Amino acid sequence: MGNVLTIILQRLALGALTLLIVSIVIFVAVNLLPGDFAQNILGQGATPDAVASIRRDLGLDQPPLTRYFDWLGGVLQGDLGTSFAQANFASFTGTDSGATTVAAQIAPRFANTMFLAMVTAIIAVPLSITLGVLAALYRNSVFDRAANITTLSSISSPEFFLAYILILFLAVLNPILPSLSNIYEGMAFSERLQKSLLPALTLTLVVTAHMMRMTRAAIINLLASPYIEMARLKGLSPMRVIVKHALPNALAPIINVIALNLAYLITGVVVVEVVFVYPGIGQLFVDSVKIRDIPVVQACCLIFATAYILLNLTADIMSILSNPRLRHPK
Amino acid sequence: MSEEPLVKIRGIKLEGRSDETWSPIINGVDLTLARGEVLGLIGESGAGKSTLGLAAMGYTRDGVRISEGTVEFDGIDLLSASAATKRDLLGKRIAYVAQSAAASFNPAHKLIDQHIEGPVQHGVNDRSASEEDGIELYRKLRLPNPEEIGFRYPHQVSGGQLQRAMTAMAMSCRPDLIIFDEPTTALDVTTQIEVLASIRDIVEQYNTAAIYITHDLAVVAQMADRIKVLLKGDEVETADTRTMLSAPTQEYTKSLWAVRSFERPQKPAVATGAVPVISVQNVDAAYGKVPVLYDVSFDMHSGRTVAVVGESGSGKSTTARCITGLLPPTAGQIMLDGEALPPDYRKRSKDQLRQVQMIYQMADTALNPRMSIGQIIARPVQFYLGLTGAEKRKRVDALLEQIELEPTEYYNRLPSELSGGQKQRIGIARALAAEPKFIICDEVTSALDQLVAEGILRLLARLQDQLSLSYMFITHDLATVKAIADEVVVMKDGRVIEQGQKDEMFRPPHHAYTDLLLSSVPEMDPDWLTNLLAERGVDNIGDAAVDKM
Repeated sequence: MGNVLTIILQRLALGALTLLIVSIVIFVAVNLLPGDFAQNILGQGATPDAVASIRRDLGLDQPPLTRYFDWLGGVLQGDLGTSFAQANFASFTGTDSGATTVAAQIAPRFANTMFLAMVTAIIAVPLSITLGVLAALYRNSVFDRAANITTLSSISSPEFFLAYILILFLAVLNPILPSLSNIYEGMAFSERLQKSLLPALTLTLVVTAHMMRMTRAAIINLLASPYIEMARLKGLSPMRVIVKHALPNALAPIINVIALNLAYLITGVVVVEVVFVYPGIGQLFVDSVKIRDIPVVQACCLIFATAYILLNLTADIMSILSNPRLRHPK
Repeated sequence: MSEEPLVKIRGIKLEGRSDETWSPIINGVDLTLARGEVLGLIGESGAGKSTLGLAAMGYTRDGVRISEGTVEFDGIDLLSASAATKRDLLGKRIAYVAQSAAASFNPAHKLIDQHIEGPVQHGVNDRSASEEDGIELYRKLRLPNPEEIGFRYPHQVSGGQLQRAMTAMAMSCRPDLIIFDEPTTALDVTTQIEVLASIRDIVEQYNTAAIYITHDLAVVAQMADRIKVLLKGDEVETADTRTMLSAPTQEYTKSLWAVRSFERPQKPAVATGAVPVISVQNVDAAYGKVPVLYDVSFDMHSGRTVAVVGESGSGKSTTARCITGLLPPTAGQIMLDGEALPPDYRKRSKDQLRQVQMIYQMADTALNPRMSIGQIIARPVQFYLGLTGAEKRKRVDALLEQIELEPTEYYNRLPSELSGGQKQRIGIARALAAEPKFIICDEVTSALDQLVAEGILRLLARLQDQLSLSYMFITHDLATVKAIADEVVVMKDGRVIEQGQKDEMFRPPHHAYTDLLLSSVPEMDPDWLTNLLAERGVDNIGDAAVDKM
């Protein structure tokens, strides 16, 4: 096991390094955006003095290197900075609600996104693996083709289109589920779940194809192995051959595709959030880019990058653990 | 014993698909097996042995189909039986032991879990009873630590032990029939003998019928009551073992029996003071921090063959890697014509590199599949000798003639269009193209059938006489050593434990390990294994004996 622990520590260190590089990329990219917050909020008729004054207030007049290290130093201490828009709003109205920090602004949104991602994952991952196993078992049958065609068409359609179809069938024609997912803090779990179900189903349709097809391919890839032939020659049922003998050896590629899709669920669901008016982090991110609220944009990017890195790291570790040679050295 | 045979195959024809066409693999063979009888199925690769063996289980691999004939097992027609009926027989009444135990055990599960799967799924026994029975079988097959070995994963167990664990697994439901598909081909001789003894014992003990598939005549002579010889999908002849060995009726069978006749006479000893072509001097080597060679020294002279023998892991190929400079030794040196070679091949001159060439075990993977034969041979001609254009072509043609392949016919072919023996010849031509003094032959015949291998050995011998080549012949097959060597070096655990002239080596007294190696090589005498076991005792063969040294 010492062996595995070393590998995990190495990967963690690499992940931290990747995150540092990503922070530079984020900072540079955000600074390349045309226009800035001051210009944006004051509009075209702003006097140079007014623009300069807001810039000074927000520290935008400092050289980029200083700003980067200020930001990085803050992030390392757990301080994601202050939202420009909220700070401005607070100074405007003279009320400081305490919600001016980026962290306070992002936290509830991020929790919502995680909730939706989790609900989706709980539906989509078992579903895709089961479909993949069945497709491998009945390969080239009508079932296999139907599963392939369905999942491929759903992944090929735009997300909003899938969302509207689901709304049409599950909310309008058969009013089973609410079409608006306006969840808020303090909502009962069951209600929250019910309101999140339609977006979760939409996202399930989007991510199932990848995972199912990888499961199917990884299993079929192993079916020519001598140990599968041996399992068949032991007179085991086809289902047992696949689930007990092929699947455990096919886990590594499947885990990696699952990780990529989970990362997508955290970072890429803006369209679905918009359609269902779901208050997730994606919407916040897009809004912040629009008004050049740089601290929020940077914090969102950093969270997305961390999600990707952590999920890939988890996938790597689980792939390693799924290999008995590494779990049980000689 | 009832009169009705256990297995009755009549006029079976099997076809294999290549691209879009079906070509015959087995052209109408009959096979009858009585209860408790062991039938040996022998033939060269491509003879259809495995396909026929699997067909006896009512099973065909992907891309193979049964086009005609019948297969009956204990009165049940396997070809018309439903999948469920067949599943009920497989594992329970008919079991299979595969060639590579390492590949045929599932890497994800412990041995005992795979062992009990058959009896539990077939409802023969419950979990704990099957486990106990598994341990009992491990004990009967003389596996070390029978109580614990089952709780290991396949990669934690050695090849010979895995092969016995697989035989135990096949026995788990006490089947009426076991198909053994080359179960000892991948093993070292000392390991093989142990597995053979175990298999023979257990099959006798439970009166199990078996079909024993192999290309090794001496092995089949020990195991089978009757032998069936196959050639390219046709039966050549069938007879009981003793008759078949003493009086084969068919020409092909006789030629198989005669294969081991090629033997070069011992050359006189090298004159004292002669400078060896390659001299390995006190070489130590390591992979990373793990030492693998200790103080290895031997000389190789012009026009002579040094056979380096030993079991897998003994350091034969590592020594070759040191000589070629792929693995710089940690101590000692390699001398070429009395001058020290730089340890790392990157520091050697082109001429030094040219003098040391290699021929590989797997000609399949050693030839670039996208290059034509002409290009493959022309490359070293151009690289080392700087020949181009018509001169290069002339040289390649001459080389092809030397390896007895017609230049106009083979120049533009791809490796995939050649047979295994022809590919190995191309490997030889490529080594010769550099005009070396010294060639390392790494198990060059072990992937080939006996007749083809003999052709390669004869070719190498002739080339040596013509060109005064020096060969280092790495092998684990002592028959090959007998055929071609002048000097023999025996290696074990990274050390040279004995060396000398061939005729001395094959004459007692030997070093204990050499003796064990020599005595473990199966002979054509059907009583060989019985006699050996009687003489040595079951604890003094194979790995057990090696461990005692």
